Amino acid sequence: MKTYHEINEKIRKGQAVVVTAEEVAAMAREASPEEIAEKVDVVTTATFGAMCSSGAFINFGHADPQIRMEKIRLNGVPAYEGLAAVDTYIGATAVHPDNPIYGGAHVIEELISGKDVVLEAWGKGTDCYPRKHIKTVINKNSVNEMFMFNPRNAYQNYNVAVNTTSSTKYTYMGTLLPNLRNATYSTSGELSPLLNDPEFRTIGIGTRIFIGGTTGYVVWPGTQFNTSKPKNELGVPVSNAATIAVIGNMKNMSSEFIKAAYYERYGVSMFIGIGIPIPILDADMARRVSINNSQIETSVLDYGTVGTPKLGQVTYEQLRSGTIKVNGKKVRTAPVASLSKARHIAALLKNQIQKGEFMLQQPVELFPENTSLNSLQEIDPESKGGAL
Amino acid sequence: MRMVKRRYVLKFPPKSGDKPLSYVLVKDYDIRINILKAEVVPGKRGNLLLELQGRQTNITQGINYLKSQQIECTPLDKTITLEQDKCIHCGNCTAVCFAGALTMHPETWELQFDKSKCIVCELCLKACPLNLFEIDFHDDAE
Ligand code: SF4
Ligand code: SF4
Repeated sequence: MKTYHEINEKIRKGQAVVVTAEEVAAMAREASPEEIAEKVDVVTTATFGAMCSSGAFINFGHADPQIRMEKIRLNGVPAYEGLAAVDTYIGATAVHPDNPIYGGAHVIEELISGKDVVLEAWGKGTDCYPRKHIKTVINKNSVNEMFMFNPRNAYQNYNVAVNTTSSTKYTYMGTLLPNLRNATYSTSGELSPLLNDPEFRTIGIGTRIFIGGTTGYVVWPGTQFNTSKPKNELGVPVSNAATIAVIGNMKNMSSEFIKAAYYERYGVSMFIGIGIPIPILDADMARRVSINNSQIETSVLDYGTVGTPKLGQVTYEQLRSGTIKVNGKKVRTAPVASLSKARHIAALLKNQIQKGEFMLQQPVELFPENTSLNSLQEIDPESKGGAL
Repeated sequence: MRMVKRRYVLKFPPKSGDKPLSYVLVKDYDIRINILKAEVVPGKRGNLLLELQGRQTNITQGINYLKSQQIECTPLDKTITLEQDKCIHCGNCTAVCFAGALTMHPETWELQFDKSKCIVCELCLKACPLNLFEIDFHDDAE
């Protein structure tokens, strides 16, 4: 048994033993969880994938005379105007009305890389904010704050996408060719953060993480946080389950770890690099992080058919081998998230912890247990008897 | 005179498989041949993707010879280029590349692009979320 305090003391002295989740999975072929818990202090996990539910809060500062911004465009992309006078939130998937391949993610990437962005805003003019229009240029140094706040990132496991229909489907899981001619998958498997702490003993509200090249925090369970998805015998969900909401200072991020993306006939999204350190408090945590690709399973869903019916279940070892079997047919697999980038992040985080530059933060509150999802009901507002 | 490389898709009529065409191209026209892709079903129509290397005049004459043998020859004067330094190795493009030109390295999981296998189907252009592929219309200096 180790405490956060003991682990942080070792980190401070530069004595912590840190390995990546892939390295610990390899160690576990010979060492028992007890031995690993004895030897290892921290395991680093990481992911680098497209995460649509992402965006940034920005405060532009006040102009003279002041304006209450009631319609806001950043490089032509609509940003949210329903906050205070010069605050906004730009969502990664917002798009330029005349150029739908350019969106919020591109604006965010440009701000991070230090480029100028055109801000245009309109207001009706009020007694305290008389101005009605402004067109100017902003960048990371001119704005007061810009921080990323992503309501749903780092999905714990994700489906494999295939297409059984006779036409190509363009999805956020990539181009799905007809008649089961390819299958795409997105999770970094044994390196994936939430698969290494499936019951959230150490990842919770307040956990310090690597995000986009800087330090950030887990701030809440992510939207659609679901702990009731079916699990395999190791307690690992076999489809997309839990998620995290995260925050990080965009002024310190690097466009190496935040990349805007456009998916044909789908829209704009954003690749985000996230790394999470997991303290090996005891043998149970050691057993959790020891999980390897052959023990992590996920569901194969038909993205061509309404309701995305499940066609099978495969392991990440099979996915990585290059082909899986679906409906008795051999199907070629391709990743749609970057394992090489995820490995790079896990190695960076490992290095930072080894050098005493990144301390672990114990969650201030743990995630809820036994959550499930509601779906959206279609209710005729009239039937509510005018109560609305 | 300088040497050029040209790509052609050849469509053979049925029962033309056994003529020593490549021998003629090499011997009479001094053309080096690289077969990039072959889809030949005996007794049926067949397709070949060839890269021909030689002098432009010889290639033109060689192609005229092939045409005289009832072989359809379509020049493939496009190539695909990739801005490799911007690649994030997500793998999206490998999902659509059936020619096997785009693959993930099984150890490093970095993208590998073997241009010689590319059949210019253009599917990767729309599959890359970073828009890193472009069609390059050929230049003689290659
Ligand atoms: S054009 Fe087609 S064959 Fe060539 S690299 Fe792209 S997907 Fe592969
Ligand atoms: S889809 Fe684009 S970014 Fe992704 S691996 Fe291919 S070339 Fe690289």
